[in-house]
Amino acid sequence: MKQYDVVVIGAGATGAAIAWQLSHYDLKVALVDRCADASFGVSKANSGIVHGGFHHSADSTLKAKLELEGNEMFDALKSELDFEFDRCGILVVAYSEDELPALQKLYERGVGNKVPGIEMCSRERLFELEPKLSDTAVAGFFVPRGGVIEPYGYVFSLVESAELNGVEFWRNFQAAESVHEGVFRTITAADGRKIQARFTVNAAGLYADEVSRICGGEEFEIKPRKGEEYLLDRTSPGRPSKVIFPVPTPCSKGMLVIPTAGGTTMIGPSATMIGDKTENSTTQAEREIIFEHSQKMIKGISERDLVAAFSGLRPVLPGNEDFFIARSEKAADLIQAAGIQSPGLTASPAIGVYVKNILQKCGLEMKEKNSPRKILPPKNRARELSDEEIDKLHADEKLASRIICRCEFISEAEIVAAVHRGHVTLDGVKFRTRAGMGRCQGGFCAPKIMQIISRESGIPMEQLTKRGPGSELLAGKLGDLEVK
Amino acid sequence: MKNISCDVAVIGAGGAGLSAAAAAAAAGAKTIVIDREESCGGVLCQCIHNGFGLRYFNEELTGPEYALRMEKCAREAGADIMLGETVSKVIRRSDNTFEATLFSGANGVTRLNARSFVFATGCRERTRANIAVPGDRSAGVYTAGSAQKLMNLSGMLPGKRAVIVGSGDIGLIMARRCRWSGIDVAAVVEILPEPSGLPRNIAQCLRDFDIPLLLSHRCARIIGRDRVEAVEIENMKTGERFNFQCDTVLFSVGLIPENELLKSMGIVMNTATGGPCVDASLQCAAGVFAAGNSLHVHDLVDFASLEARRAGKCAAEYASSGTLPVASVEVSCSKTLKYAVPNRCIPGTSGEFFFRPTVSCARAVLRAMTGNREIARKLCISVRPAEMLTMKLEIPAGINNVGFELEECK
Repeated sequence: MKQYDVVVIGAGATGAAIAWQLSHYDLKVALVDRCADASFGVSKANSGIVHGGFHHSADSTLKAKLELEGNEMFDALKSELDFEFDRCGILVVAYSEDELPALQKLYERGVGNKVPGIEMCSRERLFELEPKLSDTAVAGFFVPRGGVIEPYGYVFSLVESAELNGVEFWRNFQAAESVHEGVFRTITAADGRKIQARFTVNAAGLYADEVSRICGGEEFEIKPRKGEEYLLDRTSPGRPSKVIFPVPTPCSKGMLVIPTAGGTTMIGPSATMIGDKTENSTTQAEREIIFEHSQKMIKGISERDLVAAFSGLRPVLPGNEDFFIARSEKAADLIQAAGIQSPGLTASPAIGVYVKNILQKCGLEMKEKNSPRKILPPKNRARELSDEEIDKLHADEKLASRIICRCEFISEAEIVAAVHRGHVTLDGVKFRTRAGMGRCQGGFCAPKIMQIISRESGIPMEQLTKRGPGSELLAGKLGDLEVK
Repeated sequence: MKNISCDVAVIGAGGAGLSAAAAAAAAGAKTIVIDREESCGGVLCQCIHNGFGLRYFNEELTGPEYALRMEKCAREAGADIMLGETVSKVIRRSDNTFEATLFSGANGVTRLNARSFVFATGCRERTRANIAVPGDRSAGVYTAGSAQKLMNLSGMLPGKRAVIVGSGDIGLIMARRCRWSGIDVAAVVEILPEPSGLPRNIAQCLRDFDIPLLLSHRCARIIGRDRVEAVEIENMKTGERFNFQCDTVLFSVGLIPENELLKSMGIVMNTATGGPCVDASLQCAAGVFAAGNSLHVHDLVDFASLEARRAGKCAAEYASSGTLPVASVEVSCSKTLKYAVPNRCIPGTSGEFFFRPTVSCARAVLRAMTGNREIARKLCISVRPAEMLTMKLEIPAGINNVGFELEECK
């Protein structure tokens, strides 16, 4: 049985950032996830906002403190990990006089939190910053250090970098049972695989309650709050230059208009408490509400530009609006990182450091690695490279100039690299490269991508999945079925 | 980086592009056809059924046969064909020639210079998102064309029991293809009160196989956390909802002309066709021509090929002379016609027009008018939106507008 110093359960933004942080030290670390790839749980449907630190008070909440710290860590992370990130800035906009007191309160919280560069804007200044705002905008404030990030690209980069530096990533590992004996806890997956670790970090998102229970930790329940998001084509005239927030409601930061880091426009999310952690559907009713709201915020948003609809679930810890990050009081080897909803993505780099410090306090020796840190190879995104750069790459790698996804302009080399990094599902390749994410939604390229995954991974076509077991894409080969 | 040049460059080696290239080369232009795929034919390659070529070659062919035949025409006329090359952009240079940038695994990045360009870039299929079908994001949801490609070019089965949403021709063809492969087809579901595919496909692909066609029904939701388990169908007349158990949903809900390159060049689009506005030379800006399904969606590839000859011939003429006759006659149409192509024509010449009716009726009269004066009329039998109408017309000298009207015969 494999033995580790630390096992991190959950390879979303939180778990990946923790594992990545730990990969800097002389430790044996495992990262496990119940899904077929990293970020396939809560993180994949994240809005991708690097928040500005004004929604929650930094004096009274851990989440605001970590959000502010995390925000400032993204520039260095991007330069090492090469994910899509743009500090485009955030505008919080009031669309009626009634919202002004709440806007003022939010602004003051930001000032109290020492948000860098926060600026209350006149209506004129607001339109100077964002000419696409709808005419009903009355006032707002600007947070220049806010931004957008490609959430799955970020998580994949963290995981790949962690793997390159010694962390072992176990996919499709659904923690089902655990026994603590001596210095080790043995965790058994639903499929029977077992691993042992001296410390266990619970970053299991929606399933943090189950993981806590099987590890003998605190009893709590995670409730999913669903958010639907709608993605518009990169040519949509409704793409703003900054993230546009409304004045928030008590349970949500509200529906946003987001110029995504990938170049598209996203509107949403809604916020609906639901009972089922596997419920990920979209609805006509929410679509209508989201379009109506966003059309009131920004000019040029149209259902004609709709490219994809999806939903995600926030892991809510009822009765505790803050993050729950602490050493368990019931299981001494268990570190809890639960209830990480918004601004979890923004806070994640800081959560990584915070959890590392907890582990250190627990007695885990943190010795920095002697060997130089291994750096991921450049992603060589055809979309971002100049023609000359692509032609130069072609000299060594023919596939660098072979375009597979026409809508997002993704080369075969990018797809092959994704498969070689272990992303062998269609969604895995899509989230890693953006291939299939554009206006044709894989209509042209999905069959090609499936062939590339099969060729590079050795997995037969008929066993390929969209996102793991149960989501098989094909039913077999022609000739397998009896013709009636 | 390589540099190549020619007189006429054609983007897209499908039924339209090859035909345009053959015409351009036959007119004496040094012609290059570019296609992103590794073989000619575009979507024809996956259309292994017959029914192609009756109008163009006077014989019935399969899609791949039609493509091969057309490729031969283009090559014999002297056109060069570059395969596996994706065009990322086309720009007009200060000397009014054009430069395209091509990407391929074989050649890296290539600059292609040409005096004129024909865009025959085809269509993409409308997706589930384009018609905003809510529900789960399950595996097993394909556009009909993707499923066709997986079956006919990769030899794979997309599922075991399918519901087909939309009664477009590809969906109808796929219903039959599914049955031929042992895939059960629960139904073809069409939101409109009448089918959108050709009558011959309704007969040969559905009726002959007893596949139910549910008119005035829509797909209201897709159900299935991992793989499709069912679709919820709504009767548009009664509001009644029910489920079909299935593991696959194929969408055949229309085609969108792919004109991203033209749009990036600032070419004006026709909202009725989704293609560019063109004159009688199928020219959308000086030296820029359009043909095939990216100009407007045709019923049959034969029509696309026939129409594309004009684009190829005129592109060659422009490449050699730098000018074409001015199309000063504005074309318009009545509400019973969704569009007329081309949008401008040349006085004192003979022209051919394509129309898409918005109405269904047994008999109708198609009139060409200038002002209040009728200049031509044609009787049309069994008019329906699924079938294009055409009219050949001698355009009188000295007029500045032509209006087409389609009127039902009572």
